Amino acid sequence: MSAADLRHTALHELHVELGAKMVPFAGYDMPVNYPDGILAEHRHCRQSAALFDVSHMGQLRLKGDDAARALETLVPVDVVDLGLHKQRYALFTNSQGGILDDLMITRREGDLLLIVNAACKEADTRHLITHIGQRCTVVPMPERALLALQGPKAVKALARLNAEVAKLTFMTGGAFRLAGADCFVTRSGYTGEDGFEISVPADDAVVLAKTLLQEPEVKPAGLGARDTLRLEAGLCLYGHDIDDKSTPIEAGLTWAIQKVRRPGGARAGHYPGAAAIEAQLATGTAIKRVGLVGLERMPVREGATIFDSHSHKLGHVTSGTIGPTVDQPIAMAYLAADHTQLHHEVYAEVRGKRYPMRVSAMPFSPHRYYRG
Amino acid sequence: MTTMFTPDHEWINIEDHEAAVVGITPHAQDALGDVVFVDLPEVGRTYKRGEVAGVVESVKAAADLYMPVEGEVVEVNEVLRKDPALVNRDPMGNGWFFKVHVTRMEQFDELMDPPAYDKLLKNL
Repeated sequence: MSAADLRHTALHELHVELGAKMVPFAGYDMPVNYPDGILAEHRHCRQSAALFDVSHMGQLRLKGDDAARALETLVPVDVVDLGLHKQRYALFTNSQGGILDDLMITRREGDLLLIVNAACKEADTRHLITHIGQRCTVVPMPERALLALQGPKAVKALARLNAEVAKLTFMTGGAFRLAGADCFVTRSGYTGEDGFEISVPADDAVVLAKTLLQEPEVKPAGLGARDTLRLEAGLCLYGHDIDDKSTPIEAGLTWAIQKVRRPGGARAGHYPGAAAIEAQLATGTAIKRVGLVGLERMPVREGATIFDSHSHKLGHVTSGTIGPTVDQPIAMAYLAADHTQLHHEVYAEVRGKRYPMRVSAMPFSPHRYYRG
Repeated sequence: MTTMFTPDHEWINIEDHEAAVVGITPHAQDALGDVVFVDLPEVGRTYKRGEVAGVVESVKAAADLYMPVEGEVVEVNEVLRKDPALVNRDPMGNGWFFKVHVTRMEQFDELMDPPAYDKLLKNL
């Protein structure tokens, strides 16, 4: 795809003005980092507050009395009992139990707000219209931008624009006026830090972003830092750590399937791939996603093969880098389930050499969500 | 001219041909971003021109460092192992990678001089 074919978010000119290095991502020309660089942006997010443009992600509304019940036919998640202004992580599954996309669902007055991955948004929209378009109205929201303000000082900065946002707790949302714009704000994110995601009319996005960047705590951060932050937080990246070949159980996302949707629950099953997923819930899986920490200072990246001490292949790495906060090599990998116990030593092959790594609990860097 | 360049964005300073200094260019470090790890060649080993003699890893990517000319590695910059970000801060100076005893001087003349390298950068 040539640069001319790439789509622009509402903040594109601002990114260029701020000196960002722009790269193609999911069909968009997006900032990978600003002049401070990924490491500084990563650290600023952990210490203060970072502003990310995530407008490439898909925003959709599901309208109609039957929307929650209908959506439950596509996700193994409790949507019906999701309270007003509560947010929940969810997964679209296929008939084999593989993951089509991961998403956030927020119940608002009058609709469900869905945030989906940029690379999947067209397919997700078709999927929703095809399967539940008769039961509810699927409304894509291309007229809205999405900003993420993340970090321990995000609340201080955002509360200067509207003090009410400080009342939100992790995984809740509400409508707020910010810098003259009608926004929908959730207290959530993809960094492991306290913070907010702000859905704002695209026409108001530049003013809001510039207002936030004037706050002393806030600096811009690009997709590069977003990736290292989410990896330290142990959060999956769709298309890498999870995809249509991995199931929620293999991916260690069993927690995302509430009891009410599991066998014996009041609304068990009745989503794509339920049989496969229920079988794995009952008997376990052959492979599992784990965290790995390198014992030597060698970055182990996506695609690296993992071996046991007898050179038996155990699996492969799906994401990896040197974690800027934890300051050691960290990775996610799918390994044979009998090699996934904590602290188990395995060997990653990098350029023909093997480097020891240990199976580690995730997150690598502790979550610091605000739960009230 | 004592400093020459490769199309792969390495530089080599040949003031002392028994210990010619090799590093990566400001463009290379900028394209990579924050360098977090370097793998340096083996001292005492002879590398052919174009052979992989090291690796530079940033937070987002890994890149090979190619030998600009044939020669024996006589010294590596041990400081980089502890402080790989030196490559970002001073790529043409203290962020050097290794020194090489150049055995085939004629290969040096086949590298790009500064105006040729500048032209390459302009056309990227």
